[in-house]
Amino acid sequence: MALVDRIERETVVAAPAERLWEVLTRPEHIGRWFEGMQVELDLRPGGAMVLATEEYGKFHAVVEQVEPPRRFSYRWARHPDTPVAEGTATLVEFTLTPEGDGTRVRVVESGFTLTDAVKVDQQRHAEANRQGWLQVLDSLRRYGEQHAA
Amino acid sequence: MSEQVSERRVGTAGEASEADEVFVALADPTRRQLLDVLAARGEASATTLAVVLPVSRQAVVKHLAVLGRAGLVRGVRRGREVRYTVRPERLDATARWLAGLAAEWDTRLAAIKRLAEADEPPRRS
Repeated sequence: MALVDRIERETVVAAPAERLWEVLTRPEHIGRWFEGMQVELDLRPGGAMVLATEEYGKFHAVVEQVEPPRRFSYRWARHPDTPVAEGTATLVEFTLTPEGDGTRVRVVESGFTLTDAVKVDQQRHAEANRQGWLQVLDSLRRYGEQHAA
Repeated sequence: MSEQVSERRVGTAGEASEADEVFVALADPTRRQLLDVLAARGEASATTLAVVLPVSRQAVVKHLAVLGRAGLVRGVRRGREVRYTVRPERLDATARWLAGLAAEWDTRLAAIKRLAEADEPPRRS
């Protein structure tokens, strides 16, 4: 069971998926929802994305999936001015699903643990759940679940 | 060192590094087990931990060093030995850091929604 390894958020947008796809994948739009970022994007699997700020430097990312207008994902480095590599990047996945007249957009950011994730098997977690440090992890998990709804 | 972890991803390389240390420390099953045992006992020496866990004292010492660098345990000298205890503050800070990242995504999704709804081009006929 992964305890803390992902963030999941979503919202419903009153616009068609095609429109949302443009907002998610065109550099001039990304620069608006990633506030203050100068964006370069090579929109194809393996393509480079750079989110640059004068203040903090450049965040590098590598595009993973490009399936218009359904899925867009990229791995991005956790720290500025560092290349995307195993253990230094998280995976960000956008999924668009038609809903009524609009579109549900879901974002999942995962991979915060650098090796094989903070995983505690169910039994051990249950046993140790009374302990303070695990309660903190547990509150994290609950937080994730509440907000994933 | 500050226990505070900022809520901003950007500009918090030091604090993100602190979170990284926690994630790395917790990614190892033996270290999680060490924390379990320490939490259950309140405090324990490396020698005691090596008896309880299926690893050598030398390995326990190495794992405690990683946990110590991540701010997850503290060692206090008692006579001839060092007793270790769990420090919950850094886990707490990591939880807040992740919550901050989640809040950033809320902000971005709200902006995405505004952009998509406001700037929707006229439908083609």
